[in-house]
Amino acid sequence: MLPVQPIGCNSLNMSLWVIQRDLLLAMRRRADVLTTLFFFIIVVSLFPLGVGPEINMLRTMAPGVVWVAALLASMLSLGRMFSSDYLDGTLEQMLLSPQSLSMLVLGKALAHWLVTGVPLVLMSPVLGLQYDLSTEALLVLTASLLLGTPVLSLIGAIGAALTLGLRGGGVLVSLLVLPLYIPVLIFGAGAVEASAAGLGAGAHLSLLGAFLLVSLVLAPWAAAVSLRISME
Amino acid sequence: MAINWFNYSSPASFYFLAGKMIPPFTIAATILFAVGLYIGFFVAPTDFQQGEAYRIIFIHVPAAWMSMFLYVMMAIWAGIGLAFNTRLSSMMATAIAPTGAMFTFLALWTGALWGKPMWGAWWVWDARLTSELILLFLYIGFMSLQAAIDDPRRADKAGAVIALVGVVNIPIIYFSVKWWNTLHQGASVSITQSPKMATTMLTGMLIMSIACWMYAIAVILMRTRTIILERERHTAWVGELQGATK
Amino acid sequence: MIWASWSDFFSMGGYGFYVWGSYLVAFACIAGEIALVFNRKRTLLKHLSLIHESTKEEKRNETTS
Repeated sequence: MLPVQPIGCNSLNMSLWVIQRDLLLAMRRRADVLTTLFFFIIVVSLFPLGVGPEINMLRTMAPGVVWVAALLASMLSLGRMFSSDYLDGTLEQMLLSPQSLSMLVLGKALAHWLVTGVPLVLMSPVLGLQYDLSTEALLVLTASLLLGTPVLSLIGAIGAALTLGLRGGGVLVSLLVLPLYIPVLIFGAGAVEASAAGLGAGAHLSLLGAFLLVSLVLAPWAAAVSLRISME
Repeated sequence: MAINWFNYSSPASFYFLAGKMIPPFTIAATILFAVGLYIGFFVAPTDFQQGEAYRIIFIHVPAAWMSMFLYVMMAIWAGIGLAFNTRLSSMMATAIAPTGAMFTFLALWTGALWGKPMWGAWWVWDARLTSELILLFLYIGFMSLQAAIDDPRRADKAGAVIALVGVVNIPIIYFSVKWWNTLHQGASVSITQSPKMATTMLTGMLIMSIACWMYAIAVILMRTRTIILERERHTAWVGELQGATK
Repeated sequence: MIWASWSDFFSMGGYGFYVWGSYLVAFACIAGEIALVFNRKRTLLKHLSLIHESTKEEKRNETTS
């Protein structure tokens, strides 16, 4: 069934296998990947139409707009993280596997990040030009998104696991998860602003890195607990 | 003498225990509210800086304290319910959420009404007001998650996870919002230099806080009893209770 | 008594709208919450008694028929 049999079946191989499998599935339905990306592009391009073309204002708004759009884009696709496996029953099999569920969920979250987060990161410099950001600001924006979007996927995994199989789950997951995204948004958008103001974005990026490390450790465990609760 | 911790953890026995506890707390709340309001309006002097508007503090600060305190209590009960699988603890957590959300809304409303005369704006992006707003979102998230799940057991546990994740995030949210606020606005508008608290003001505020606490306990126990009845409707003791009242 | 007259008390040094606005809403929230809890319990008890009635009916039919 799978082209590559998992080599030794410890937890690390398990999560690598899950990432590989999810990427394979995502590539088969390429449209899902692109919809998230196009959503991000459209939202970012909408703001100047609403706010007006005045360039100085756009430049100050750019980090906030790009970050909020990244937040919404990654949150929209959270529902798909577990739902396809939940519907066809593979999720139950995964729960029964001897390997640790947290590593499996970590794989799922990183796969979600690769499918939704990385395209946003790659696209953000182009959109930054739309807002006439300086090259240095663009670099910091991309770096902050690179550090921030995995945190969004990891925390989002908890929300996705909790709202598995609920009607109206999409809206519910945003209600659960958005308050938890706020620190990432503040330091993400703040990084670009600080570098623009000449203060240097070192502090912000290191804090984003701290969020990433903490959520890498805690979020999969919490999402695993949530999965067991939802699948009881 | 081994304390039997789980004696009152069965919903049936707790139902009657709570029934006996509600009247004293209600009485305590009414008395303390009366005393607190009397002190707040008739004993506390006029503030030389803010005139009479500062009297909103006697409801604003207790509501803010209660909103944070109740969220932590909710997370503790939810955690106990998740760890020990005691249904009653999860029922307590579910019962606390609406009262906590009410106090959060109250803190925001009175904060806005106090901000208008003092700083000329209904809403000030001050660190504490913003964190209070986010706390309201956390409450709403908890309640809507529990409402969306039909099976009570799963609802309890899912609510417990989001409450615990929320309580872990509250300090992070508070410090990042505080940090964000000082970066953008500096200290031009800050409630930190609240009016030097004359003793009567302080006592008034403390009495009002205890009054809110008593009130919260009474209402939460009432709601817990209702939740117990809802979830134990098929049991025999609810049947007898039903037969007795008929 | 620091207030000269009742009207002075209600004007609250010109800030009456804000002070009474917040205290009225506070009172409304508390009263509303108590009413909600009582209402929830009343409807539940009414619902339970209906079930209780119907189950008693069925038992009586079974025993008599």
